[in-house]
Amino acid sequence: MGNKQTTFTDEQLEAFQDCTFFTRKEILRLHSRYRELAPHLVPLDYTNNPDIRVPLALIVTMPELKENPFRDRIVETFSEDGQGNLSFNDFVDMFSALCETSPRELKTIYAFKIYDFNRDNFICKDDLQQTLTLLTKGELTEDEVLLVCDKALEEADLDGDSKLSFSDFQNMISKAPDFLSNFHIRI
Amino acid sequence: MSLWSQFLVTVLFQLVDAKNLCCYFSSSSSSEGDEDSLSEGEIAALKEQVEEKKKLIATLRNKPWRMKRRLVMLKEAQEFVEKFEGALGKGKGRKLYAYKVMMTKVLMGLPYGSIARKTVPRAEQDSAMDFSVLFDFGVRINLFIKSHSTQQIALLSLNPQEFMYLCAYHQQGYCKYSFLFYGYYNNERTIGLLQFRLPLSYLLVGVGIFGYSLMVVIRTMARNANEGGDGGDEGEFTFSWKMFTSWDYLIGNPETADNKYASITTSFKESIVDEQENQKDENIHLRRFLRVLANVMILCCLGGSGYLIYFVVKRSQEFAEMDNDDLSWFEKNEVEFVMSLLGLVCPPLFETIAELEDYHPRIALKWQLGRIFALFLGNLYTFLFALFDEVTAKLEREKSIKNATEWALNQYYANYSSFYNTTNVPPPDVHPSDVVRGPCWETGVGIEFVKLIVSDVQVSYLTILIGDFARAVIVRFLNYCWCWDLEAGFPSYGEFDISGNVLGLVFNQGMIWMGAFYAPGLVGLNVLRLLTSMYYQCWAVMACNVPHERVFKASRSNNFYMGLLLLVLFLSLLPVVYTIMTLPPSFDCGPFSGQEKMYDVVMETIDQDLPAFIGNIFTYATNPGLIMPAVLLMVLAIYYLNTVSKGYQQANLDLKRKMQMARDEEKNRRNNKDSTNEVMKDLEDLLPNKSLIPPPIEEEPPPDVVVEKNSKSTKTKPGSAGKGVNLQKEVSLAAPNPRGPVTRAPGARGRPPGNPRGPQPGPGRGRGRGAPPRY
Repeated sequence: MGNKQTTFTDEQLEAFQDCTFFTRKEILRLHSRYRELAPHLVPLDYTNNPDIRVPLALIVTMPELKENPFRDRIVETFSEDGQGNLSFNDFVDMFSALCETSPRELKTIYAFKIYDFNRDNFICKDDLQQTLTLLTKGELTEDEVLLVCDKALEEADLDGDSKLSFSDFQNMISKAPDFLSNFHIRI
Repeated sequence: MSLWSQFLVTVLFQLVDAKNLCCYFSSSSSSEGDEDSLSEGEIAALKEQVEEKKKLIATLRNKPWRMKRRLVMLKEAQEFVEKFEGALGKGKGRKLYAYKVMMTKVLMGLPYGSIARKTVPRAEQDSAMDFSVLFDFGVRINLFIKSHSTQQIALLSLNPQEFMYLCAYHQQGYCKYSFLFYGYYNNERTIGLLQFRLPLSYLLVGVGIFGYSLMVVIRTMARNANEGGDGGDEGEFTFSWKMFTSWDYLIGNPETADNKYASITTSFKESIVDEQENQKDENIHLRRFLRVLANVMILCCLGGSGYLIYFVVKRSQEFAEMDNDDLSWFEKNEVEFVMSLLGLVCPPLFETIAELEDYHPRIALKWQLGRIFALFLGNLYTFLFALFDEVTAKLEREKSIKNATEWALNQYYANYSSFYNTTNVPPPDVHPSDVVRGPCWETGVGIEFVKLIVSDVQVSYLTILIGDFARAVIVRFLNYCWCWDLEAGFPSYGEFDISGNVLGLVFNQGMIWMGAFYAPGLVGLNVLRLLTSMYYQCWAVMACNVPHERVFKASRSNNFYMGLLLLVLFLSLLPVVYTIMTLPPSFDCGPFSGQEKMYDVVMETIDQDLPAFIGNIFTYATNPGLIMPAVLLMVLAIYYLNTVSKGYQQANLDLKRKMQMARDEEKNRRNNKDSTNEVMKDLEDLLPNKSLIPPPIEEEPPPDVVVEKNSKSTKTKPGSAGKGVNLQKEVSLAAPNPRGPVTRAPGARGRPPGNPRGPQPGPGRGRGRGAPPRY
């Protein structure tokens, strides 16, 4: 059960357990995954909370994120500096928010933040276009992209300001049947 | 499975939590003694605060905060709680949580670590589900029928001696005499130690199969009815959902990811086409003409195929008269061959003709399915009619044989008694297998059905082998030395024709239903066939097929195909029931031999085996005077339920409209404070104009109109309590009651005279904007 582990103190593990959806064992496993990304950067001993950040380029090589078209956005959203450099805290936070037991409301909030490319707390037409391009790998023509974005805005925008606020987004997502089953990462 | 296990776990641990809470409370009371400097109220307030902090700790993971902030808040809250409540209950709670999470995961069957999954492309998932669900359904139904029918009939009536005699007589087709077919079964009323009533059970099982199948199909349809929908017509957020919820975040395998990208792109294109179709506008007359032309051509094809089958069956009757050795294999199996061939050739033909029609792909698919359905149905019924002719011919022959046998027997007895001058005549000394036997028309019918199924299987397996596998091999290997790109152009790889295959399954099942009464072993054969074809087709699809270019579904739920199945079930019920009721069973074969009609067995049983009063009950129950009112009652019930359901649909539409209106109102209110809804505008204009009221004598303080600012959402946000944001009230669609609740006795109101009681005038006052003014 990891009695001999020296990575974290007991208090730290307890705290992580309280703040995430993970158990102690999983947190230790997460730490080893985190360390795998940059073994010379990440120390084994985290008892004194070292301030180490693993850069974006390494994080998106993880198999769970590698194939995801939004991997960059996901990592940026959970990073404190907004550039995608995750500390261990952020790392754990990311996987906790996206795990299966995470509630719908939490996922909705983070989904909104992920799809908000310019970080203005609104999903505007440009964000939609970028989302679509990433999602279809550029297979759709210009006109088709514009059509889809217009239609999406028309459907979801309740307050008529040609961009989706959080409540618009939430209203739309709450009725989506696939959201919870699709929007989770298992680690 | 996971929902159920989650439920189990939560219940289990809520019990434990409750217990924990109890001991926590008991411990808290003991620590109160330390704080005797605080008053009662302060203690209560403190307790409340502690509760709040505990709640915060419990919901910390649900908060959308940065980890650092969470850790800090956690520490604060824990220190606070510790300070006032001691360390009791803290450790336990944590361990319990860890255990709880682990149990949940174990029960959900989650392995550690991510799995690279091969997912069916989402667009295809539903249609793949259609096929597999129907397939699975078919297998189950067949297994059930088989287990319940052959168990009762075949195993209990094994009679080896008779079997041998029959085999010795006829050298052709030993299978004819096996328990697979009707003729095998004896007509002894009861068999063996347990007095097993074979004929009765045969009849009841035969009828029961239909009843059971009906029930199962309708139950499945009812269950699916909730998902309902015609596919693509509803869904207010089609594009938004496609954008934000279509990507599966669990994908880690590059191949799966590519498939997913492709299917998402396809799905978007499909929706775009949908949108554009709605805005198309072309030459109507040409279109109509082409459509009529196409339909005429297809009708001709259908008629032609029906005639062809009839012709072929007639010919096979002639062949049956001729000697077997003169016929080639082809002539012997002509009917089945032709039917299978038609089933293969016509659908692509229909598709080509349908290109004239220029319909939306989903509608075109529906037409195609309808036509194939008509084709199969026409073929099947033509086949049945031709078979019916055969049956009548056999019955005629049987009658003549019967007459001949009776005449011969009479002759024998007369000669014997006149020759030996005795009346005690021993029965004729003829070996049982030499006895003249009449043609067993039921077995004949059963044989035809089995031949049909077998040839169907052969044709379909061959088609897959040639049409898919050989084609794929050729395309793959010839591509290196061919002038044009075989893979991209003609012929390319085959696509898995979902609708064709599903229809094939449906009709196969229909044929089984029809034939099961005459050839009980047919069901077992079908189970074998389904199992083998599943693996075979699975291999063929994975090895040789590519996904569709355009993916369209006939309906979102499986109800469309279930509905087809139901229709086919009814249609296959008809011939069987007709023969049971009308045709006399064969004289000397089968469990009903000797009876006038097949259902006489039931009558006999009622008369002989059941006590007398049951017979009376049945006589009364079958009285038309009772049956007519019962039928009438059922018709009334159907009408009533239909009306009720229409009422519900109307109510649903009204509610939707209301919600839409409320949403529009919100939109406009936030934008320009002006109602664009005409009705609302008119209502507002009708409100009294404040400027025309004479100024009040006493200055009344302006009523505190509490305007509930309903920001943004008209619906309450579930679970937002955890965020610490105020719950937003729902917009009340009814006008607020202008008279406030009566809280005190009526007294001097200090109102200006002439001010009518009623809705107070106010700027921009409309529905749901203000609480009643307090006065």
